[in-house]
Amino acid sequence: MIIGVCLKQVPASDSRIKIDGSGAGVDASDLKMEINPYDEFALEEALKLKDAKVAKKVIVLTVGGSDSEQRIRDALARGADDAVRLDDAAFAGSDSLGIARILAAAAQKEGVGLILAGKQAIDDDNSQVPAMVAELLGWPQVTVVDKLELDGGSFKAWRQSGGGVRDVVTGSLPAVISADKGMNTPRYAKLRGIMMAKRKKIPVYDAAALGLDPASVGAAGAKVTQVNWSEPPARPPGRILSGEVPSMVKELVTLLRDEAKVL
Amino acid sequence: MTDRLPLRDLQFLLEDVLQMKEVLQEGPYADHDVEGLRSMLEMAREMALEHFAPIADAMDAEEPRLVDGKVKLHPAAGPALQAFVDAGFVAAPHPAEHGGLDLPFAVHQCIQALFAAVNSPLLTYAGLTIAAAGLLDVHGSEELKAEWLAPLIEGRFFGTMALSEPHAGSSLADLRTKATPQPDGTYRLKGDKMWITGADQDFSENIVHFVLARLPGAPAGTRGISLFLVPKLLADDSGEYTVENDVRVAGINHKMGFRGSVNTVFSIGENQGAVGYLVGDENRGLHAMFHMMNEARIGVGLCAAALAWGGYRHALAYARERQQGRPVSLRDATRPQVPIIQHADVRRMLLEQKAIAEGALHLVLFSAMLVDRQRVALAAGDQAKAASVGLLLDTLTPIAKAWSSDHGLRASSGAIQVLGGSGYTRDFPVERLYRDNRLNPIHEGTNGIQAMDLLGRKILAKGGGMALMQALQDAIDRGSQEGPQSRVHAEQLSKAVETVASLTMGLAGVAQSDGPEVLLANATPYLHLVGHTVVAWMWLEQTMVAERQLAAGTGDADFLRGKLASARYFYAWELPKTAVWASVLNPVERTPLDVHADWL
Repeated sequence: MIIGVCLKQVPASDSRIKIDGSGAGVDASDLKMEINPYDEFALEEALKLKDAKVAKKVIVLTVGGSDSEQRIRDALARGADDAVRLDDAAFAGSDSLGIARILAAAAQKEGVGLILAGKQAIDDDNSQVPAMVAELLGWPQVTVVDKLELDGGSFKAWRQSGGGVRDVVTGSLPAVISADKGMNTPRYAKLRGIMMAKRKKIPVYDAAALGLDPASVGAAGAKVTQVNWSEPPARPPGRILSGEVPSMVKELVTLLRDEAKVL
Repeated sequence: MTDRLPLRDLQFLLEDVLQMKEVLQEGPYADHDVEGLRSMLEMAREMALEHFAPIADAMDAEEPRLVDGKVKLHPAAGPALQAFVDAGFVAAPHPAEHGGLDLPFAVHQCIQALFAAVNSPLLTYAGLTIAAAGLLDVHGSEELKAEWLAPLIEGRFFGTMALSEPHAGSSLADLRTKATPQPDGTYRLKGDKMWITGADQDFSENIVHFVLARLPGAPAGTRGISLFLVPKLLADDSGEYTVENDVRVAGINHKMGFRGSVNTVFSIGENQGAVGYLVGDENRGLHAMFHMMNEARIGVGLCAAALAWGGYRHALAYARERQQGRPVSLRDATRPQVPIIQHADVRRMLLEQKAIAEGALHLVLFSAMLVDRQRVALAAGDQAKAASVGLLLDTLTPIAKAWSSDHGLRASSGAIQVLGGSGYTRDFPVERLYRDNRLNPIHEGTNGIQAMDLLGRKILAKGGGMALMQALQDAIDRGSQEGPQSRVHAEQLSKAVETVASLTMGLAGVAQSDGPEVLLANATPYLHLVGHTVVAWMWLEQTMVAERQLAAGTGDADFLRGKLASARYFYAWELPKTAVWASVLNPVERTPLDVHADWL
């Protein structure tokens, strides 16, 4: 079985995000990018399945420009066998559904039998793409999975469904599984892996190669329009109380009750 | 937030100043490229912060213990080292034919700097193993290599170096450990070794000791010393390493710092004698050991520089956060306090640490890259180039070791000072970094020995003085064609070089007229003098690149201005100190020579 891992690059979680001058997006000029952390769990799970000889091959699927190659190579260095980069001028401005169409087409083209993806990307936090990919392919899906077992053509997945309740879902392959934190501990690359990854060819597929109608993806196919980007309002400064301890405690309780309304 | 291990500091040196790509073009390192090496450094940094840093305090607080004759390390040490091994850091510097990656030495030093800056003692186990494998690769017979090289390179077996003895530390000529030939071609060794790091531990499958000993009838002194491979465990009939060899840790040395790395009194062959195998030729053991000496000494300089750097980064972060006092011009107690980095004296302390740490890192990496350039030249069959690079390398090595450790320790002390009382407590790592760094002027040849090696052997006997002068003059010539600050520093450096040149000429005369005793009496101030001049050269090189990048608008302007400020500081505050050292060298100030032991 071939496992496809959907991998997106996102700004490093400790970056300071600035809105670009036109208010149409993020100013990426000084941003340090990294693999979306949830996608790292998906990748690790795929690599573990390959180590256990359940999967024959792990292929990384990334929608992105050449600036995402470094992240793809990072995944290759950790042990992914192959990667394809999905890039076309027509993909620009894709909404979640557009991205899902591209990924679904790539998964089909590569003969993928299981798709693993992060439960969400930490940049826009939409959590939509894996579910949409599953719908487009007509495959079963389980989201927010933190434990996965495969047995022949079936899977068993564990997920937190909130309130301390844990779901155990079984189903058949092919399927889409989205990974949550706690599923595993992502491995480091090996130095040898870094060297090998440098030499791997990363094919680039455009809309034509994927058999996609350019009008179904990118800005042309988008059903979601982003109107404007703005920074959140600045946080008001904190207050430091002074005086005798008993009066400060009294004041603090009053403030917590009347102003912060947390008591 | 202040980055504790900024890769930019290393990349600026490696890529922009030292032009690493030059050594990657052909020869042994041609499989590498700058981007791939950058990824390796990124991974090393992540791993250092996640695996090495968090356990450093605990390893310091809970020293290794001797339980029933076996050394027990802190339980977190083994898994962290395993992660280091698994990533390929032990194998990487070795040749591809033995399972390595032919990683350039300078890059491996950068990787080690990241680990050393947060947990040097833990890195030591791996460092010794890398050195042991290198020693075996160069000097071992094919038969020995077939059995022992792969497990060392794969990090399944760890290595140690057993040189010193209780009565023979700096003076290896007086070694007594005996090796007796056996009919089967092996040897039986008996003797007591001292200061042996990692002679036992509980995480590697086996330990391979490289032991210096004397054969029967060997000449006295250094020409009668042979090198032996002595395993902790020998193979049984089925080829499993289960048979205990006759070696035993007799005691653990309780040290001021570096507590996470176990240092032992090591007893060899108390019973029937320990089984050992000769490495290289008889009586050529010290020669084999010294073959590795440049790299080992650069490694110590690197450790010292990395510890100074780690402390500096910590002090910088603290100074940016810690609110205390108000500007001297604004003593209004109703105003909020300011971060201590707002005080000029704190910035002075930080500049001192930065100028030392980043200057020492540069010197060490420059020397490491000479190792690489020498290998590239040898691979290309260019013997003349290899010899000239080698001469400069030989000359800089004692400086890289001694200057970095003497002055790096000053930086480590400065980091404590920035934190004030907090820095003196075990709540912060800077006191541990200082204690760890205090080892570096001592081991791998004390700094006093380095100074004599520099002046007596490298500068005068081997003609390294000329090679060094040429390199300095070349930098001055280039610097005087660059930006305004580079031109000023080139001029200042030129004066310092004149001083070094005339003093060295004078000392050559002293050697002729008064002999080595007088010549070498004040070798230590000579090393400081030349060391400061060499590090000023390093700062000139950094200034040239920083000025160029600022003018071109490339690179982070604040980072580059920080480089220029550090260079300015070094030239204004440090370089003038050379005058004091010069004053006791010409004529040779005789108090240490003349003072009687009874008067002290």
